[in-house]
Amino acid sequence: MVEKAIESMAASRDVNASADNVIEVRDLVVGFGDRTVLNRVTFDVKRGEVFGFVGGSGSGKSVLLRTIIGLIPRRSGSMKVLGTRLDAATEEERRAIERRWGVLFQQGALFSSLTVLQNVQFPMVEYLDLPQRLMDEMAAVKLDMVGLSRADHDKMPSELSGGMTKRVALARALALDPELVFLDEPTSGLDPIAAGDFDALIRTLQQTLGLTVFMITHDLESLHTICDRVGALADGRVVNTGSIESMLASDNPWVQSYFRGRRASAYHTRPANSEA
Amino acid sequence: MGSPPSLAARLGTDQTVLTAEGSWTIDHAHDLDGLIDQTLRQAPAERPVVVALDRITNLDTYGAWMIERVVRARETGIGKARLQGLPDRYRSLYEEIRSTEHAPPPAASSPTPLSDHLANLGRGTVAFGHELAAYASMLGALVLAIGRAIANPQSFRGTSTLHHLDRVGWRAVPIMVLITFLIGCIIAQQGFFHFRKFGADAYVVDMVGILVLREIGVLIVAIMIAGRSGSAYTAELGSMKMREEVDALRTMGRDPIDVLILPRIIALVIALPILTFLGSMAALYGGGVVAWLYGGMSPEIYLQRLREALSVTHFEVGMIKAPFMALVIGIVSCVRGLAVKGSAESLGAETTASVVKSIFLVIVLDGLFAIFFAAVDM
Repeated sequence: MVEKAIESMAASRDVNASADNVIEVRDLVVGFGDRTVLNRVTFDVKRGEVFGFVGGSGSGKSVLLRTIIGLIPRRSGSMKVLGTRLDAATEEERRAIERRWGVLFQQGALFSSLTVLQNVQFPMVEYLDLPQRLMDEMAAVKLDMVGLSRADHDKMPSELSGGMTKRVALARALALDPELVFLDEPTSGLDPIAAGDFDALIRTLQQTLGLTVFMITHDLESLHTICDRVGALADGRVVNTGSIESMLASDNPWVQSYFRGRRASAYHTRPANSEA
Repeated sequence: MGSPPSLAARLGTDQTVLTAEGSWTIDHAHDLDGLIDQTLRQAPAERPVVVALDRITNLDTYGAWMIERVVRARETGIGKARLQGLPDRYRSLYEEIRSTEHAPPPAASSPTPLSDHLANLGRGTVAFGHELAAYASMLGALVLAIGRAIANPQSFRGTSTLHHLDRVGWRAVPIMVLITFLIGCIIAQQGFFHFRKFGADAYVVDMVGILVLREIGVLIVAIMIAGRSGSAYTAELGSMKMREEVDALRTMGRDPIDVLILPRIIALVIALPILTFLGSMAALYGGGVVAWLYGGMSPEIYLQRLREALSVTHFEVGMIKAPFMALVIGIVSCVRGLAVKGSAESLGAETTASVVKSIFLVIVLDGLFAIFFAAVDM
């Protein structure tokens, strides 16, 4: 039902595609010292999709994400997030945009001096003027949605396992009902079962809340199961964007070795097996 | 943003109809919070409530929770709430919220203030006992490590010790000399200012000499080292502990005491007496400068008075204390460093505790030494 609604929304929006891009990056150049990390990177992320970004270790994926959310300055190029050019935005506009996105950092980045519940409430306290009772209730709802029980609410971040940390961080990223969520390697460091659960959780939340997800990942399973479109970064450039099928069909050597390498073979032989 | 939300109540004879309109989203969460409570109070508790939702234009998790709040408020009793006309596009969102845990958050138990204080006192006492035990066990572990290093000199970390000696000794020289020089100046100035009133100028030199060599020199240097190097030891070991480096060492068959702690403490035990010596000399020099410029006492006379007032004993008393103070600072800072747990807050707390406790113990030790030296006539 929701999928249908999203599909129809997507179909109606294809007409004016540019207005429908949640993230628009054009010719982005980022570097440190005399090293250029990102060289004229261009891509779009459309509303309501799960966009996966892949690239080798050290290829600049995290730098790209941190540039988009404004933690690293860029050298040239332009970026538009949620229809606003962040570099031209005033402090107030920036704050308004920041309220509409959520970020899940690779290590969770939970505030170690706050409890789980306080971590989730932190954005609410910062951005909204809500009664404490409502914040308690909403934080409990968000934590429940990511699968944490009441018993975990008063734990400190140092007492949490890797998977729980990621869940709390996701709940915090979703605290303000954002339209756009950035996920930096959400399944890294999780066992395959936990990673699969986390993928399913992201998909469910994305569908029920109508989120746009920009996700950096190394996890081929995530790419195959939840990403609508994938972008590949190699040598500081986006070498390919499109569906998993178009990645498999790409003749770029890096993309080929990533998606058709030995570790990936389980995935692209699977459809053939099922057909047989 | 959308149009502001509203919730209109129409009271019927058999049921109450609440009509929800507008944008039920996070931007209006504050208004909604009051609106829900207010409207629910209007609706008679014994009649069922129907919530008509077909005019809602926007809904997010905050709005969905508000609807759910109405439903949950009427869950018990006879006047149950029923939803009507929820737009299809929001159905899965509402179901997600609906399925969240029902139990209200447990009320925090508040013990009486007195029992709270007593419990804290008890906990503090036990923690203090544990802490002393930790220092004693670290001392024991150090003795064992020294034994191992003597039995097998190859295993001793000479390079590491030299590195730490450079950091805590050599590089600390300028600041230690400067501070003790200034302290020497201040003591002499105060001495001249007050002793002059009853014509005891000449005894200022005795006071400066004895005070600096026996107490001030070693105390100032030890306190400075506790702040400068003890805190660094705690922070280094603490962050190594946080990043599991200490555990990694252990799995590779290396005892962290041998590799990390022994070189650091030996460096301190060597550096502190040297710094104490330099510091004491700088303080005496500072006293001399003030005596000359402020007290009108020529350097020759100052040196002559010093020679008469001081004996080697005074110098020995100060120097004997230095290595023991170094040991206390080293043990406290290393124990606190290894006590760091996962969080950044704990690293800060342990570093603070390390500095405060090592300074406190240095002063306690100084008092014990004063009693000891008085007993042995030094």
